Amino acid sequence: MSDHPGKISRRTFMRGTATVAAGVAVIGAPTEAGAQDLAPSRFSSSVTVRFEINGVDHVLDVEPRTTLLDAVRERLQLTGTKKGCNRGECGACTVLMDDRRVNSCLILAASTDGRKITTIEGLADGPVLHPVQQAFIDHDAFQCGFCTSGQIMSAVGCIAEGHAGSNAEIREWMSGNLCRCSAYPQIAAAVEAAAGEIV
Amino acid sequence: MSNLGEPVPRSDGKIKVNGSARFAADQSLPGQLHAVFVSSTIPAGRVANIDTGLALGLPGVVRVLVAGDLPPLHADFNETMVPPLATKSIPMQSDEILHEGQPIAIVLAETLEAAEAGARAVRATYAPAPYINPEAAAPDAVDPERGGYSYLDASEFLKGDPEAAMTSAAHVVQAEYAQPTRHANPMEPSAILASWSGDNLTVYDSVQHLPAVQANLAATFGLERAAVRVISPHTGGGFGVKGYVWPHELLAAMAARVMRRPVKLVLTRRDMYGMVGTQPRVTQEIRLGADSTGKLVSMTHVVSNVTGLTEDYIEFATVPSRSFYACDNISNLQLVRRGNMTLPTYMRSPAEGPGSWALGSAMDELARAVGMDPIDLRLASYAEVDPVSGDPWSSKKLREAYALGSERFGWRSRPAGGTLDGHWRIGCGMADCSQGVTRFGSTVRVLLKADGTARFESSLCDVGQGPATIFAQVVGEILGLSPDRVHAVTGDTNLPPAGPTYGSATTISTGTALHQAATAVRDRLARLCGWPVAEIAMRGGSIVRGTESRTIEAVLSEAGVSELSGDGALEIENYADAGLPGFPARSFGAIFVEVGVDPELGLLRLRRATGAYSVGRILNARTARSQMIGGIVWGWGQAAMEASHFEPSLGRWHAKDLANVVLPVNADIPPEIDIAFVDEFDPNAGPLGVRSVGTMAATGVAAAVANAVYDAIGIRVRELPITPDKLVQG
Repeated sequence: MSDHPGKISRRTFMRGTATVAAGVAVIGAPTEAGAQDLAPSRFSSSVTVRFEINGVDHVLDVEPRTTLLDAVRERLQLTGTKKGCNRGECGACTVLMDDRRVNSCLILAASTDGRKITTIEGLADGPVLHPVQQAFIDHDAFQCGFCTSGQIMSAVGCIAEGHAGSNAEIREWMSGNLCRCSAYPQIAAAVEAAAGEIV
Repeated sequence: MSNLGEPVPRSDGKIKVNGSARFAADQSLPGQLHAVFVSSTIPAGRVANIDTGLALGLPGVVRVLVAGDLPPLHADFNETMVPPLATKSIPMQSDEILHEGQPIAIVLAETLEAAEAGARAVRATYAPAPYINPEAAAPDAVDPERGGYSYLDASEFLKGDPEAAMTSAAHVVQAEYAQPTRHANPMEPSAILASWSGDNLTVYDSVQHLPAVQANLAATFGLERAAVRVISPHTGGGFGVKGYVWPHELLAAMAARVMRRPVKLVLTRRDMYGMVGTQPRVTQEIRLGADSTGKLVSMTHVVSNVTGLTEDYIEFATVPSRSFYACDNISNLQLVRRGNMTLPTYMRSPAEGPGSWALGSAMDELARAVGMDPIDLRLASYAEVDPVSGDPWSSKKLREAYALGSERFGWRSRPAGGTLDGHWRIGCGMADCSQGVTRFGSTVRVLLKADGTARFESSLCDVGQGPATIFAQVVGEILGLSPDRVHAVTGDTNLPPAGPTYGSATTISTGTALHQAATAVRDRLARLCGWPVAEIAMRGGSIVRGTESRTIEAVLSEAGVSELSGDGALEIENYADAGLPGFPARSFGAIFVEVGVDPELGLLRLRRATGAYSVGRILNARTARSQMIGGIVWGWGQAAMEASHFEPSLGRWHAKDLANVVLPVNADIPPEIDIAFVDEFDPNAGPLGVRSVGTMAATGVAAAVANAVYDAIGIRVRELPITPDKLVQG
């Protein structure tokens, strides 16, 4: 970790995402006071995080403001995770954190120390697709494919949560993932089929 | 045995489910800078001053480009056409501001985070000018001098004497219908990575038509086309707003030119509301006159849409009233309302999308006035020929589609309107779906290799409709190969230029060229064998003549040929047309919906839908079905959810995100979306017998929903979307 005087300790971040997010909101405020917060010292700090991503341990120095999404895409070049809105509204960036689905655009990378992250690149077992991935092909559950990584990761989480008991339940619990090509009935059918296979 | 029509799985399935399909924003180059726009917070005026000092002091920020820093547009740019250039009004060529959200500065930084922080730290001051709210502007005649959109269809149409015929009509209905501006919001925001090598420019871009980007970037800098390479193997949804070339693409290339480094620009979701087009707010006045039997005797249709100040974008919503029904007396007029807004654009579904909403609603009002079933009303004015030209259609099996859809939906035995299911009142409605065929000039190359595989090469971009999959089927069909032995090489302007992936034109356009190219390869193979082309067939990787059969591998190997190639082209005068000359071509269909309305809470739910279509031959039942389902969901969004509201005092959109602009989600769409196609081969549309599919799917749906709402609770909603405030009773 940098010794720069403006650094924010890892302990601060370990208090939880909500605290950190509140800090970022101040930085981003479009006021003159907010602009002053952009003083260089503030951003030259970095945080070292150690996390497991797709079964591989990583040590990464990240800026406190860097999201998990930007860290995996721009730093680790794991570009299967997509940025559709960067505000937690579309679900395209869904990954698993400690086996639970999260919007990676709403997670600061600095808060992921000690966590286990799974992205779409880590889902298949070598050449063998995960049952949800295969079900998405079999049920034609995508067109352009841009939301698909997030849909699939969300579906894996949805099934693990026990929210895939019926088509109606799946549709409700998969509604955080937008698909503008609108393959919704096929997505629900794919999740339903995969849930049957996984259980 | 034919593979055409079979539900062959998508050829890009695996790379779409394992995250390895690389979209524009997934690309990176060594030394690249991240670009983030600073955009105008006022809708009209000019930039007085931009203070970049604070931004430049942030670590990682390399440069803040303002208007004077960018190269001027080359003289060649004056020769470009609008469209396919979306607008000639390119930001940052002066300090003028024409709409809120217009880029006024570009922050370039070593990291995305630094660029974002830099953009927040730029301080702009403005000299505001009075702005014009387009929604409040008076409708004005279309000006053909303002861009080229007016040349894409007719702004005025007159047939017979509609006024006289209206006075003699037994039944007349008259109403005004409105729909709000809607943003396409493809899941992938537009993105571009621009890189120069000397005077050669390469861009990874998120587009629906690569050659248009190539041509316009070349003109921007005064380059030969060949000096610009556009790469776009995957595009994350377009729905029209990536169809034309938008200013941010030029600005990214300019920034890379100035910086002498690659520049990666990924629009934010907010940028998608200011830097690419929308479907504009459309208001429509319709009058329908019918005789005592319900036959249409007169139709008048006046449409006005909002547009920007620099070009007249025209939403040709009058098209349905001159093409859906037989009628001797028709008048159409298109008007525009100009104001300070981002220029609108063609968006799913243009023209017939808005037009079918108004006309499909008016026909339902007429059916109730006459006392006829809406299908019978339509059959009374069935257009056997194109009402504009009087020529017979290339093929039209709408009667069969009515029968098929009606049967599958149970239209004739539907529950009475207002039937209760718990607290829901049930209603059913139907409307016509239709979209004119468009063909674009297109080229493609097919190569047959000595290992018995084939590939086709074309600049075409598969935005998810599935052309790469169905074209492998077509090549496989002609060369006797399983589709999985045919590989698509696409998405690069170094390949033979294809027409755009919009307007449902890809299959009929590039597919026709592909048919020609694959046939040329087959004929060459026959000649290598010394067999007459007319006597051979291709089956199972072999060429067959009577009882003789030779494998492709054997023929090429013995001839010492590593691969055979064939070129195909669909050549069209003036770049685009509406089908084979002399054969007006249009896809047809009918949509049936059942809704539930809770009149106490104003809730509206889709319970089930059936679409039955006459579209020519279906090449892949799976991808075609997906197109239709997607279109119906878009229609549901148009009907019940989507709107971008213009804030009149600030001159900007109320919301520029995905939380406050409501879009359909999975829970909104029931599994009971039933799709059926009439068995059809259109011999007058081209060698494949196809017309067009996907764009039509979003037409008619909004009208069917509004008609179903009326059926359920007796409220006629004439302004979309049909939100609870319009349904709550007493």
